[in-house]
Amino acid sequence: MGLAVELRKKVNGFALDVAWEIGNELVVLFGFSGAGKSLTLQLIAGLLTPDDGRVQLGEEVYFDSRQGVNVPPQRRSFGYLFQDLALFPHMRTLENIMYGATGIAKGERLDRARGILKAFHLEGLERKFPAEISGGEKQRVAFARALIRSPAVLLLDEPFSSLDNPLRLEMRRFLIEVRKEFGIPVVLVTHDLVEACTLADRMIVYSRGKIAQVGAVAHVLNCPVDGEVELLVNRRNLDLPPHLCVQGPTGRLG
Amino acid sequence: MDGDSVLFSLRLSFQVALGATTLVVLVGTPLAYLLAMRQFRGKDLLDILLTLPLVLPPTVTGYYLIVLFGRKGAIGALVYQVTGFSIMFTWYAAVLASFVVALPLMIKASRAAIEAVDKNLINASYTLSHGALETAVRVILPLARRGIIAGAVLSFARALGEFGATLMVAGNIPGRTDTMPIAIYSKVSSGDWSTAHLMVIIFTVLSGLVLYTSNKLGKRIF
Repeated sequence: MGLAVELRKKVNGFALDVAWEIGNELVVLFGFSGAGKSLTLQLIAGLLTPDDGRVQLGEEVYFDSRQGVNVPPQRRSFGYLFQDLALFPHMRTLENIMYGATGIAKGERLDRARGILKAFHLEGLERKFPAEISGGEKQRVAFARALIRSPAVLLLDEPFSSLDNPLRLEMRRFLIEVRKEFGIPVVLVTHDLVEACTLADRMIVYSRGKIAQVGAVAHVLNCPVDGEVELLVNRRNLDLPPHLCVQGPTGRLG
Repeated sequence: MDGDSVLFSLRLSFQVALGATTLVVLVGTPLAYLLAMRQFRGKDLLDILLTLPLVLPPTVTGYYLIVLFGRKGAIGALVYQVTGFSIMFTWYAAVLASFVVALPLMIKASRAAIEAVDKNLINASYTLSHGALETAVRVILPLARRGIIAGAVLSFARALGEFGATLMVAGNIPGRTDTMPIAIYSKVSSGDWSTAHLMVIIFTVLSGLVLYTSNKLGKRIF
């Protein structure tokens, strides 16, 4: 199922104006802080309303300024991971996960939650509050909560940015597994180049509210479209996996 | 010394304060939610109207209550025509007066607590397919419970000590509407110092107990 967005929004002097489309792939929204990446996710999920534009998931139109369509966030099928994870501090692990089990028959919810607890290695933590579990466990609870009702697309707003390095690597592997398991499109916002390179099927490079470049990771790295993108994807100090260092085709995408 | 009337006033005061606090929580919490979470026309005006009893002299608040709920008042006349009942000079009027005077405290405390709830948690609830009502009941109110309980305790204390507005709408009818503060006033006026003395001590000890209990309760819940 594809996600097509066209978004324009002015906030405090900042203007976002982007349009892109993705299929069943992991796409990274990449750019400096303040380029409009997180704002894009919020607009897609319906947490903020675009000034105008369109958000369409498969056949379903969630937002269309011309037709006056604006589906509220609770009726959009996105799994959303917040930068601070936004686990409910007053709910235990199982309650947090069950809270995401909307649209599932009451009798099946607990079974489904048990299943996902097991799959995400969270067994034994059912009765712990978020404050009582580790950073990696919190991450997995947040993923479990967002995924339990099988959303159509996963939106990730820099969920790994606050982790220390070993844990970040573990969570990247975890995300790859999740994507294999659920087979849904993932939009990952990050300003971490290594993260983008190791995870992305395709990269959408943001610069000051606009799209600077779209393409496969290797392509963007090797053929930055302008000085700004070049600065963004400067690899001099990065230890990239070898398959990404191959010189790609020289054409420009997108 | 008149032990029965002391006991009566004591019981009446708690009865009035409990009634008023119940109303304050039921009415104040949704109003606080509305003021904290929603934008609507007339919001500033509503905010001012609800806060006014905090700054007005209780006699002025009492005056408005008479104008509204008196037998010839805007609402009171209607109620009297339909039911033949007037709230004036009954203990219900004391509840009403305490309610109106305590409501701003409840709204201030719980509104601040609701506004302090992390916006991301509210957004997370929406993205997990929960609507506004369910988000309010399962996320916002539980996380704001500290402020809501604090508001309820403050309201109870305020209602327990309410004097001016109560005197105007419920009067000072011995054995019917003389709550502790009113009874103390009339004992002192009539020179019955020993009874007044006893009532003051009881009232002070009980108020202290209320605060102590609320502190204990607060520690256990959080």
